Parts: sequence; C-alpha cells; structure tokens
Amino acid sequence: MTKNILEVKGLKTYYRTRLKEQVFAVDGVDFVLEEGKTLGIAGESGCGKSTLALSLMGFYFPPLHYQSGSIVINGIDIMKLKKEELRSKILGREIAYIPQAAMNALNPTLKIIRFIEDMMKVHRPELSKKQVWEMAAERFETLNLSPNVLNSFPNELSGGMKQRTVIAISTILNPKVLIADEPTSALDVSSQKVVIKLLKDLLDKQFIKSLVFITHELPLLYHVTDDIMVMYAGEIVERGTSHEMIFDSIHPYTKKLMGSIIVPEEGMKGHKLSAIPGAPPNLKNVPAGCRFSDRCSYATDACMTGKVESKMVDDRTYRCLYDVEILKEWYAHE
Amino acid sequence: MSSNRESFMHGKQLTKVFGFGQQKVTAVQAVDFDFHRGEIISIVGESGSGKTTLAKMIMGLLKESSGTIEYKGKTRQLKRHAERKAYWKDIQAIFQDPFASFNMFHKVEKLLLDCIKLQGLQLTKDERFAKMKEACSFVNLKFEELYNKYPFELSGGQMQRLMIARIFMLHPKVLIADEPTSMVDACSRSTILDMLLKLRDENNMTIIFITHDVGLAYYISDTIYIMEKGKIVERGTAEEVILSPQHPYTKQLIADVPKIHEAWNLG
Repeated sequence: MTKNILEVKGLKTYYRTRLKEQVFAVDGVDFVLEEGKTLGIAGESGCGKSTLALSLMGFYFPPLHYQSGSIVINGIDIMKLKKEELRSKILGREIAYIPQAAMNALNPTLKIIRFIEDMMKVHRPELSKKQVWEMAAERFETLNLSPNVLNSFPNELSGGMKQRTVIAISTILNPKVLIADEPTSALDVSSQKVVIKLLKDLLDKQFIKSLVFITHELPLLYHVTDDIMVMYAGEIVERGTSHEMIFDSIHPYTKKLMGSIIVPEEGMKGHKLSAIPGAPPNLKNVPAGCRFSDRCSYATDACMTGKVESKMVDDRTYRCLYDVEILKEWYAHE
Repeated sequence: MSSNRESFMHGKQLTKVFGFGQQKVTAVQAVDFDFHRGEIISIVGESGSGKTTLAKMIMGLLKESSGTIEYKGKTRQLKRHAERKAYWKDIQAIFQDPFASFNMFHKVEKLLLDCIKLQGLQLTKDERFAKMKEACSFVNLKFEELYNKYPFELSGGQMQRLMIARIFMLHPKVLIADEPTSMVDACSRSTILDMLLKLRDENNMTIIFITHDVGLAYYISDTIYIMEKGKIVERGTAEEVILSPQHPYTKQLIADVPKIHEAWNLG
C-alpha cells in the first residue's frame, strides 16, 4: 500500500476584510495525495485555488487566517508546529511552492547562486560556499540547465529560463511535494513545454515525490497529472483521474469547464464552446444550497436551498444533489 | 462569405528595423499581407517573433522603416493630423493587459461616454444611456451594476469585455486584438472569442488576432499567418495551416500545444 504524502481534512481558511468580515476562500476541503502521484487543481479565477496552495504551505499571514482542519505532510501535522519549526523543518524540505509570478520573485540585484546560498544558511549550515556551488552546479546539470546560470543576474535570463531556474532552486533540497501555482501561464507555448519537461524530469529522477499543479489550462493537466480536482467557490466539486474528468465528467460545472477547451485538432473549428454565464459567487455571501446553483442550467429549486454533501462513486468524489445516472441522462439529451 | 470579400488592406515588403550599427535588430522583415473585409486573420508566433511590432505598424503607432501599407486602394499616409485622425477612426485595438487599458481615474460611465463623444454624436441623455446599455448587453455586462464603478473594481474578464463594448460602440472597420485572452481564465476566454466572432458577423469587421496559441488561432480565424523571427513563413486558410502544416516551424508550434486526443511528445 502506498503512503499518503499529503492529507488534508476539513481545511477552512479565510480572509479577514477591513470590516472584520470573514471570507472563506477555502471552505472545508478534504483530499489525499499519495506518494508518487500528481494532482491537478482546476477552476475559474477567484475559486480559491491559489489560497488553497498558500494554506497547504502554512503561509498564514494577514489577511489570510486559519480556522480549522488538519494538514498532514509526510506524517507531520503542520498546524501543530511553531512558526520557526515550520520554516526550518517543513518549508523547502518537505514541501516547496512556486508562486504564480515566480519569475518576478528573483531580486534583480542578486546573482542566482546567492538565493541558493541563502537557503542553505538555514537548512544546511554545515556546507561551505564551495560545496554549495558544487551541489547547485551538479543539480543544474542533471536538469539540463547550464551551470553558468548560477553566475548570472535574473535580468540576463529569459522568462522561460527564469521560471526553470526558480523551479530548480526551490527543489534543491528534494522536497516531497512541490506545489506549482500556474507556473506556465505567463509563458508562450514553446517555453511552456520546456517547463513541463523540467517538472517531469524532477519526478522521473525522484527529486520530488509528488506534484500539485494548479492551472486553468485543462489540456495541460490532462498530460501532466494523474488526477484532476476541480474547485468552485472554495469547495471541491469533483475529483477523478485526468481521463475520466476530461471525457466523462459528472458535475455540471466540470462539464461546462471541459467545454471551454480549445485545441488545434480536427473538429475544433465551428465547435460550440460552452461559456458559463455570470461569474463565480462573491465569497462574502455564497448561495445557501449548491454554490453553483445560480449558474447551473440544470438547477432546480432543491439545488437553491438543500445542503449538498460530496458523494463517492467508484473512487470519484463529486458534489451535486443529483445522482450520476440522472446527470448522465440530462447530458445525453443535449 | 467569399462573395462579399473585398480586399481592402495590403502590406508590401513591410520592414521595421530598431537601432543601428551593431545594435541593429530587424523585428519585421519584408512582410506582405492581404486582408479582406469581414475576415479574421491570426498572426501566430513565439514571443519575440515580431507579431506585436507588425500590429503596431498596421495601427500606425510605429513608423515602418521601409515598405508601404495600402488602405482602401490608396497608399496610407499618416503625416498630417487630418490623415491620422481619419485613419484612426477606422482602426481600433484591444491589448493584452486589461488592467492597463483604461484610465483608472474615470468611472465606467465616463469611459463609455467618451466613445459617444469621439463619434461627434449629438444625443440626449436618454439616448446616450440607451446606447451604453446596448453596448453592455452585447458583451453580457449589466450597465446598471457597473456604471458607477472604477475599472480596478472589475475582474480581468469583465474589463476585457468592457473593452469590446467600447469597440462595439465605435464600430471600426479594422480591429487589432493583441493577445486579448492571455491574461484571463479559460472560461472568460471562450466568452471573449465568441464575442469577437459576433462582432465580425454583425458588423463585417476585419479582425487581426495576435496569439501564440495555435489552438485559439484555429478556432477563431479564417486565415493564419505564421511568423518566425520577423518573417512570414507560412500563410493559408486555418484548415490548411493547422491540419496540414508545411513549414517545420509551424509543425513545431502545433506539436508544442497539448492536445486531448493525441499523445503529447515531450522529447
């Protein structure tokens, strides 16, 4: 039996507004990630994907606050640790994070090697500067990046190169889980491919064990991750394997999301794209029943009021009032 | 559609050179093009291939180093103020970054009102409101909810749609869309693409769509120009270029995009 590397149970985190209101961006999220697996998180903007990533890291800086739930990384419940312990034992070693604007995270006045030296000062203080250099150069070489990069300033590198450098730096301590938050959305298709190749390389060479990949580009997730999880208004609406999610989705929201895929394949021309009317609900006052009810074309009165719990059908979880058979029948009539 | 296709904009050997001496960079090199009325043209290439430079030359924001653009049968001249004003009445643009497209100090109402003023229309207050409402409903926005807001209170997708509402009010002959969907999510992207198609169908507008994603280009356009290092390496109808590409660069671009019915070769 494989080990669970990341276990999240009933996680609730919120933003406190200036008017002291609580806005739950992650509202009761449960999921498990097994060792060696990759998980994609998809959804529209404003559905809480990035907040979930920050919460998993234990990055609770105001206005983001933690309310309840547990996050267990490799057997350690990180919510029970002190801030200093979290910083020295978990971040970088067990879990690493690449933010959305990773390319801009590099200080333009420092050479790349300085970022690695800084990191080593905390995690491996016994290493000398020379050893750090050798270690970094070796890692860069195995990842097909030139070691010359270490001696250059960030502004000398192209966007794709910077992104790859950031990934190489953040995984230098061999973290168990890497959370990549939209690492390719600012890049063009060719650089995107190189970045994906690097992530695959990291997984193949066992530098990282598992990957959580956040993006709204579904065709990308289909090729990169084993499982896809769809988030809507702070909740997980469906989870399944990539193939099931793309070709055989259960939840109406996932169905609509899959209808917005655009690929250069025959039959795409003149194909009707599905656009979801309206926008995700304001998280300050979410609908009482199903959160997708006001935009769902199949919604009934029961959806607007009834409490919707997530259901489990053959290893797939989904959050809809109706059963799979009923939903399938509706889709068939379209 | 081919019956009402009159060709009305040509580029002949358009070239743009930046810098001089050793620093010389040829961003666009001897590009020929031929745009028809009511056609959607995609210009596809990697970053740095000169797509945006070409678009800016067509817009008249950058002066071409050599070559000419022929517009409505005459060579385009932009030397005199009157000439520029007349040309820019016919051509409009949507840019990549919706957050940088609006004046942050003006409310939505004022932003839309400017379009009415630009056309020099004398309208009563009710007529103005009716016109703005019509434009907002075209892009599925609610004018009543938005008119009193500042642009930064809107989401990226809403702002990009507001931009299309402005285009709708101005009804130019040519619209240049420079990566309008690269900063919005997949759902808003399909809404924006459908709106561009609707604009073309209803107003017979020529749309020049600039993108790096061949998938989008295939979905939206009639004609595709593939650009590599400042040169057009392949051009043809969308089906020709995407389904049977000839040039190795085009093949590379198509292979780089993940698809859902075919394996993605990362090697």
